[in-house]
Amino acid sequence: MISLSLTPTSSWYLILSAVLFAIGTFGVLVRRNPLVMFMCIELMLNAVNLSFVTLARELNDINGQTIVFFVMVVAAAEVVVGLGIIVSIMRNRSAMTVDDLAELKG
Amino acid sequence: MNDLSAFAGPSIEWLSISPLLALLAGALILLLVGSLTNEWPKHWYSLTAVATSVAAIALSVVLWRDVSNDGAKLLIGGSLTLDHFALLGSIAICSAVLLVSLITSDYLSRDGSDAPEIYALYLTAAIGAVVMISSNDLVVLFLGLETLSLSLYLLAASNRQESASQEAGLKYFILGGFASAFFLYGVALTYGVTGTTRLIDLNTALTSYISVPRNDVILLIGIGMILVGFAFKVSLAPFQMWTPDVYQGAPTPVTAFMASVGKVAALVALMRVFVVAFPSRSDDWGVVVLVLSAATLVVGSVVAIVQTNIKRMLAYSSISHAGFILVGLEAASHRDSVNAGDGLVAVGVYVALYAALVVGTFGVVTVVARNSSSEANSLDAFKGLAKNQPILGLVMTVFLLAQAGMPLTSGFVAKFGVIQSAVAVGSYQLAVIAMVCAVIAAFVYLRIMVSMWLSDSATTEKVSVPMLSRFAIGLAVAFTLLIGFLPSLILDLTSNLAELATK
Repeated sequence: MISLSLTPTSSWYLILSAVLFAIGTFGVLVRRNPLVMFMCIELMLNAVNLSFVTLARELNDINGQTIVFFVMVVAAAEVVVGLGIIVSIMRNRSAMTVDDLAELKG
Repeated sequence: MNDLSAFAGPSIEWLSISPLLALLAGALILLLVGSLTNEWPKHWYSLTAVATSVAAIALSVVLWRDVSNDGAKLLIGGSLTLDHFALLGSIAICSAVLLVSLITSDYLSRDGSDAPEIYALYLTAAIGAVVMISSNDLVVLFLGLETLSLSLYLLAASNRQESASQEAGLKYFILGGFASAFFLYGVALTYGVTGTTRLIDLNTALTSYISVPRNDVILLIGIGMILVGFAFKVSLAPFQMWTPDVYQGAPTPVTAFMASVGKVAALVALMRVFVVAFPSRSDDWGVVVLVLSAATLVVGSVVAIVQTNIKRMLAYSSISHAGFILVGLEAASHRDSVNAGDGLVAVGVYVALYAALVVGTFGVVTVVARNSSSEANSLDAFKGLAKNQPILGLVMTVFLLAQAGMPLTSGFVAKFGVIQSAVAVGSYQLAVIAMVCAVIAAFVYLRIMVSMWLSDSATTEKVSVPMLSRFAIGLAVAFTLLIGFLPSLILDLTSNLAELATK
């Protein structure tokens, strides 16, 4: 019989974070809409945050939790810059996928 | 509950971080005063950036003398370092900012779009770069990396009229963000194994106890992901796909900036992380660096041959330069050899010489190609250049010969240094690959030279070289030749570069 008294351990969170990171990576590689690719990058960064928090708890060390705040600030700054670039492109053309952006190749 | 009144922040050595503060002040002045006042007289925005970088260089030189007298040390509770390796990188970065600002001013004034933002972004990118190369903590390094990268994404997309520039910005942004996430996950995994992100503490933690095998696998995955993050940033094969597109699409002065500041910062930081934090695992990463270096050298020099756009050619040439610099890192991975420190010195010298060289080359391209359309940047634009304008042709020839590594130019001193460091530790196979690739890459530079000197131009119209660009290109070519004739000028200064800050 499978025991029903499953209590989450920290390795659950580490595995969840690895899975989220993998989903994000896969999304960036497969999806073609720049906004969705961008969301996948954010997913990857937040997966890392989950790892940091779990590891900080495991190591009983506060530094890992403070790192998360820095990463969140960086992620927010990245949103500002990324959306700025995407909006600026959308002004020139509508309904864009990254395959439409193929002017540069050699 | 913890008593908050017992909390004491680290002491901050304001004088030792003065180059950073100077750059920050310059960026704030440009942004604040620039947005509150009417348009400044021609070239003043650029001259503000130039004055800022001159101040930062002067402060770095003063700090260099302090380090020579008192030795290297750690700053702000051990999160930043102050040593010759970091200062040499800072001086190279600030010099590149100086030269690029001069070129940018002429480039933007041509169609009347000169504005303070672009110089402010140069300076914030330089702040990120300087933080990156002097960081002693993987998280501080990440913050520097992001400050640099976010500024570079905006700079690449800074030409709002040109759709190629927008496309370059988006491509760079998506792949750069992807690489940053990889880097950060690598940091998280190494933090999980060692419990620290400080470079020096990482080394202590990894050498002071025998890690259990399970953790060792996680540690190696972490180191690998940090390396992949860096490989994207410095465009090592097979992570180089974005480089030619972004270099081609970005406005040419910005390309010069990315190829100099972006590369120097990422390579110096890569060097420091692996030499300071992970020397105990150098057998593992040394092999990976060897393969990456060989692949980068081959891809950079072979694919450049089939390009017809001058900016793409130079993009591949910058990829092959990154391969050469990795030869130095590979040399530094042979810890048991007495000459392992040579690799670090060779890399320091290489990046300092390369920064001036690449800005000069792109400076000439900016002047000749007028705009960033693909016709203006094709190799045809350079046809007969030397016949129409012998001096400009001669200057470009000097830059190209230096990139190829001809003796009596700075490029030779740089390439000789890394190959010598590889031979000194007995990694002959990589030295041979590097030399063969230098010959293949020389073909590309010769192709540009042949079309400059031997073909006839379609027009007899001369390109005008504006004052500031003339000054910047003149400085770069003078430096290239000076170091070529008197390499001891830089070699004597950098002899104790391998003494990194440890406490």
